[in-house]
Amino acid sequence: MRFVLDAEQRLFGETLGKLLAESSVPRVVRDWAAGGHEPGLALWRTLAETGVFAVAVPESAGGPGPLPVELVTAFHELGGHGVPGPYAEAVAAAVLLDRLGDEALASRWLPALAEGASVVTLALPPAVPYALDADAADVALLVDGDRLCAAVPGEVRASLDPARRLFPVTPGEVLAEGPHVAAAAAQAYDMGVLACAAQLVGTGRRLLEVSVDYARTRRQFGRPIGEFQAVKHHLADALVGLEYARPLVHGAALAYGTPDFARDVSAAKAAASEAAYAAAKIALQVHGAIAYTDEYDPSLLIRRARALHTAWGSPPAHRARVIAALAGVSG
Amino acid sequence: MDLDLSSVAPFRAEVREWLRAHVPAAPLPSLETEEGFAAHRAWERDLHAARLSVVSWPEEYGGRNATPLEWLVFEEEYYAAGAPGRVGQNGINLLAPTLFQHGTPGQLARVLPPMASGEVIWAQAWSEPGAGSDLASLRATATRTDGGWLLNGQKTWSSRAAFADWGFGPFRSDPEAERHRGLTYLMFPLDAEGVTRRPIGRIDGKPAFAELFFDDAFVPDHDVIGEPGAGWKVAMSTTGNERGLTLRSPGRFLAAADRLVELWREHGDPADTALRDRVADAWIKARAYRLKGFETISRTEDVGAESSVNKIFWSELDVALHQTALDLLGPDGELAGEWLEGYVFSLAGPIYAGTNEIQRNVIAERVLGLPKAGSR
Repeated sequence: MRFVLDAEQRLFGETLGKLLAESSVPRVVRDWAAGGHEPGLALWRTLAETGVFAVAVPESAGGPGPLPVELVTAFHELGGHGVPGPYAEAVAAAVLLDRLGDEALASRWLPALAEGASVVTLALPPAVPYALDADAADVALLVDGDRLCAAVPGEVRASLDPARRLFPVTPGEVLAEGPHVAAAAAQAYDMGVLACAAQLVGTGRRLLEVSVDYARTRRQFGRPIGEFQAVKHHLADALVGLEYARPLVHGAALAYGTPDFARDVSAAKAAASEAAYAAAKIALQVHGAIAYTDEYDPSLLIRRARALHTAWGSPPAHRARVIAALAGVSG
Repeated sequence: MDLDLSSVAPFRAEVREWLRAHVPAAPLPSLETEEGFAAHRAWERDLHAARLSVVSWPEEYGGRNATPLEWLVFEEEYYAAGAPGRVGQNGINLLAPTLFQHGTPGQLARVLPPMASGEVIWAQAWSEPGAGSDLASLRATATRTDGGWLLNGQKTWSSRAAFADWGFGPFRSDPEAERHRGLTYLMFPLDAEGVTRRPIGRIDGKPAFAELFFDDAFVPDHDVIGEPGAGWKVAMSTTGNERGLTLRSPGRFLAAADRLVELWREHGDPADTALRDRVADAWIKARAYRLKGFETISRTEDVGAESSVNKIFWSELDVALHQTALDLLGPDGELAGEWLEGYVFSLAGPIYAGTNEIQRNVIAERVLGLPKAGSR
């Protein structure tokens, strides 16, 4: 078992990181928030070419995957740059469409999803009650009990993160029905949780980096604020949390296909949520007023970390799942 | 590097089987008491007879040349079996790695075998009344004399020194030099002429440590580790081990977390979701520490100052885990027992091996690259 990335996986992450660093992502986020989807959709297609969706598509459906370690590597980068769009939702939808065992549905959407030709979003109530960015999506799906339906979006709801456009949905056309839908949805949920956890660690990591840079250069009382122990200790704490969330995410990816996968993605999401949210609060405090502004780019990530903290299952919900799996008692 | 967990399965099975057959059914008396110390020493002898006391050491000194992965596996099995605490750990985990790095062949041959068998138990003698986190301000002296050195001054908070046999630590050998310079790292018998020890009751009253007074105690040249005057460098190779994985292996926390989950199953109130969350967090963090351990041994580069990240994580996890258990026990949480013993032990974690505040400074300056105070 590899508990660290291999050379190819590292290169995949670095390539994505470089691409995103050159993509003016904060600009894309602000456009996306204002309903200007085109730059975000162009980035979606570019990222699809690197394989960020394909890694969730199994060989049986024409993809190279599922490659969970590559998936978390990609989502770490997406999170670090704050890329807008229903990425975690799309990989969850890929798992759902594959696991249904319905040839017609799979061939209708999976290849386009893997290639980035279609933007697919998904609601999985109760943990994922809204269809993220349904107005930008070609396909919006809703799992309603043991029915898979086309989702009919309602009026958009405003999120703390302006780039997360949340649409309440009602069931439309029934696409599949039966216990296999609920089973496939459970597996889709676990993959979405894993993707979201990886995204959170990436977001937290980036917030720590910008906060450290800021503390090295911002001067008060005639010295860089990073000289003050109170500031140092905040930033050290942020690092400790993130350094131990990352192995949980990687370990959960390694557990894919084992009976422990659901438990391990929950452990990863609980820790990643707490670590990234803590890093976001520390980033806000270390920056001071500048990070409390809409115009400062890192404040986009601060809001993202808070929003993702409870997206794809809140930490208490995931802790309850861990305990239920361990102690054999319902949370 | 790939870690092949299946390749270590036979070793794991051997360790598990031996422990199943040998771990005492009832816990030994606390190792911080005279009676318990003797019982734990006898246990070290049993472990050594099965060549399980120092698995990662070379065979010539009583080990098995175990790989880091095998060592982690040994530790997992050891703590999962509820085996006794390691009374020899200060020697095995703190002095031995220093000797492997800086010791002479003669020192290795003389010191390591009796350490492995528990015949000689070692105590760390670092802190002084005026030198705690600020170790470099230490003042106990080593003065040159014929064939060796004369020790004078005082050491304190010396873990296990109440009942141990030998001690090790840095002394100021050049009175003109300041701070990190002019220190010499020495080993000395605790019953030597000129050494007086006074056991100190830990917060629960047990004599877990001692203060040591030196009055012209003689140490021969062959008990100096490394070059005279290079004691700081020698000492720092020990702190790396202390804060890294070696001192507190993941197995210890995995076993405690599993027992905590068991305690929750037996005593937990399902409606108490706040306590349930803490139980879950303890287990999640123990798992994180295990995975991070696998990651660490998979890497080829030196961990360096990152070991400070480790030290903060395990010491805070240890406290959280044990206080959760005490809270779960409710009114019985104050009763003497294994959870309470573990809790009292855990409280020292954020203090020893460099306080966690010092570790946070180290992380900020050496991992994150923040400026030192007054560095303008």
